[in-house]
Formats: sequence, C-alpha cells, structure tokens
Amino acid sequence: MDHRIIDQQLDVLRDKTLLLGGATERAVQRAMQSLLTRDSKLAQLVLDEDKTIDQMELEIDRMSVEILALQQPAAHDLRLVISVAKITPVLERIADHAGNIAEATLIINEEPQLRPFSDLSLMADNAAEMLRNALDAFIAEDAETSRRIILADKVIDDAYRRVFGELIGMIINDPTTTASAAQLLFVAKHLERIGDYVKDICELTVYLTEAAFIKHSARN
Amino acid sequence: MSKISISNLDFYYGKAQALYDISLELPENEVIAFIGPSGCGKSTFLRTLNRMNDTIPNTRVKGKVLIDGKDVNDQSTDVVALRRKVGMVFQKSNPFPKSIYDNVAYGIQINGIHKTKADLNERVEKALLDAALWDEVKDRLATSAFGLSGGQQQRLCIARALAVQPQIILMDEPASALDPLATQKIEELVVELKRRYTIIIVTHNMQQAARVSDKTAFFMLGKLVEYNPTQKMFTNPDEKLTEDYITGRFG
Repeated sequence: MDHRIIDQQLDVLRDKTLLLGGATERAVQRAMQSLLTRDSKLAQLVLDEDKTIDQMELEIDRMSVEILALQQPAAHDLRLVISVAKITPVLERIADHAGNIAEATLIINEEPQLRPFSDLSLMADNAAEMLRNALDAFIAEDAETSRRIILADKVIDDAYRRVFGELIGMIINDPTTTASAAQLLFVAKHLERIGDYVKDICELTVYLTEAAFIKHSARN
Repeated sequence: MSKISISNLDFYYGKAQALYDISLELPENEVIAFIGPSGCGKSTFLRTLNRMNDTIPNTRVKGKVLIDGKDVNDQSTDVVALRRKVGMVFQKSNPFPKSIYDNVAYGIQINGIHKTKADLNERVEKALLDAALWDEVKDRLATSAFGLSGGQQQRLCIARALAVQPQIILMDEPASALDPLATQKIEELVVELKRRYTIIIVTHNMQQAARVSDKTAFFMLGKLVEYNPTQKMFTNPDEKLTEDYITGRFG
C-alpha cells in the first residue's frame, strides 16, 4: 500500500503545525519590534492576531483527536500525532507571551523612553532564532540540532539575569523609571519563558525521532 | 526460566518450509501476541507448541520446543497429556453438539480428573466462572450449546479448555468472528486469565494485540522478525519491517 489514508492526514497535520509555528514566530518578532521601535500600532496588531492563533490551536487539537480515534496510529505515526498535540499548546503559550510583550509595549509607550538595553535585544534575537530553528528541526526530525538548541537556552537565561540586575539598579537609582522598568522586567521574563518553551519543542522532536523522553532527564 | 523455550525451530509441510530457525523464550503468566500477515507462519508456529500439526500428514519439525524444560517433540512425550497442559481455542467456536454442561464436563470425564459427581459439578461451575460465562448460563446448563450467541460459544470453548486444568492456553484468532462487545469480553477474559495461565494469542487485529498482550512477536514469511515488549513494539519497534507492518505501510 503506497498511499495510506493516514499519510494525507498526517501531512495536513504537519502543515497546520507549521502554519501555527510561523504565526507564533511572527507574533514574537512583531512584539519585540513594536517594543524596540515604540510602535503601538504593531503591538495592537499582535494582540489582534492572537485570536487567530487560538483558533489554529483548536483546529490542530481537533484533528489530532480525530486521527487518534479514527486511524489508530502506531509507532512513528503515533509519535508524530502525540508530538504535534503536545507542541501545539506550547506554541499557543509562546504566542500568549508575545501578546503580553505587546501589552507591555502599549504601556511603556505612554511613558518617557528609557535607555536601550542591549541584553534585552540579545534575548529577543536569541528567542526568535531558537524558535525558528526548533520548528525547522521538528519538521526535519533532527534530534541532534534540537539537542543543540536546548543548550543554547543558557544564553537567554544569562542575559535575563543581567537585564534583571540592570533594571532593578535603575529603579533604585531613579524611582521615576519604575513604571517602565517594571514593564521591561515583565518583557524580559516573557522572553526567558519563551526560551523554556522552545526547549519543550526540542524535547518533543527528540521524542518524535528517537522515542525517548528527555524532559526531566539528567542529560537534559 | 521461561515457561516455553523454542530454539532453532524449522517446520515443513512436505517439501515446503513454513518456519525458519525460530528461537523464542515465552515467559510464564504473560500474554504473548503473535502477529503477521496471512501465511506468515504464526498459526503453524502456534500449533507446534502442542503438536497440533501432528494431525496434518507429511509434516516435519526440526529444532526444540521445551515446555518446563521438556521437549514436546521427544518420543516419550504423551501427546494427550501435552494437549491437556497446553489447551487451545480456535478462530471459529466449535462446541460439541451437546448441552452446555456436557461441553465443559466432557474433558474432565475422559481425563478422569473428577472424583465424584459433586466434584464434577464443582469443576464445571468453576470453569464456567473462570470463563466469565457462569452467570449467563447457570439456569440453562442442560440446554444445547448451539443456543448460545457466538461470543458465548467462544467463552464456552474457553471454559472447556480451562476445565482440564491447562497451564498454557493457545488462542488462534479467538475474537475474529465476534462483534466489538463480545470481543471486549474475550479480551478482558484474556487479561484476567493470565494471572494463572500463560496465554499465546494469534491475532490479525493490531489493536487487540496492543490491548491484551505483554509481549508481541512479529512473523513474516516464516521468520521471526521481531520479539519485544508490546509497548515498545507499538511505539518504537526495532525493525523497519515491523514498523511498516503495524502502520499498514506494507507494499
């Protein structure tokens, strides 16, 4: 049997996951761009598009359940459906964080501009790149690259600690910056969390490829 | 030690070789599923375990099948005793044209297992209880077995097999002719029975193998391709051929 019914459905499932991944990537990039360029319109666009991402998540959920119930996949097919079903809410949460950054941007843009924080840009660039590479590795079923991306999260964590220290220092030195600095603290935390979620995607790629759960394992 | 230990088993129908160099260890009190496409040798292999192939003329077996360390093909083996120890349930339920009671009592009587009539009654009741059929038939034991539904007839055949106190039960597609509810009852029964018996089940139903068995052996063209815990077999098989078969990718 060269063409199985399930193949077509798995292809659609993969495509929908890719589309959701693309929309999530775009949300993160736009949110950070809106912050760095003080573009409230762009921030609002991120918030508006979040509903579309939620709908995409529901559609993938529905399709995953349908394939499990009707096609009863096994082995690699099963691992693909399980991985997609677990990655989808992760992507949706990443998009939520992008939405939170956009909300923070709208508040910050009402305040006087603070000096730029290079580590915040570094975090944003790394988070976006990690997400893009993680999704590419998932589609290519590349466990090795996924393992490398997991290690790269440390760069974001280190940058987060530096940004945190700097912003707290700024609040102590100049309490008038508190409102904006507090929002930037939230932004930094959101980026740090995005890095963690990207790690979850990478762990699921390893599961898809090698049938090994590396989450919570010593080597991870 | 394994309950059943098979080493380098070849089997021939006349000149045609049906099984090639099969080696397999089957543990006690587990359910082992044999899967594979039609004609792959899984039923032939199943029947080598209680020498049911002896009934087919011009067959030949090479290699060893040890049950509790004893070679079943040894000349000194009492085939009747072997088949008492290794019971069998077939694809199509095959009750005798007798009453429900007599179907179960028959094996006990011809083997002289019972001491008194009361003992016989007790054994019949116990076998029907163990086969999860007692409640449905206790008020009509004297009626014909043919009055039972397909699923009930199959459980009657299981009761008949259990009545002679086997240690191993071979099941050759026991639920393939049954509806989903009757199938579910057989599957629940298999899982229940493994506490006391070693069960080997041949099935074409992948989901059934996944649901009921602890280990699964995959056969193809008379060869054993893979033998692994069922959980591994259905989530991450070692062999590409196994993956292709269980995911329906066979071309």
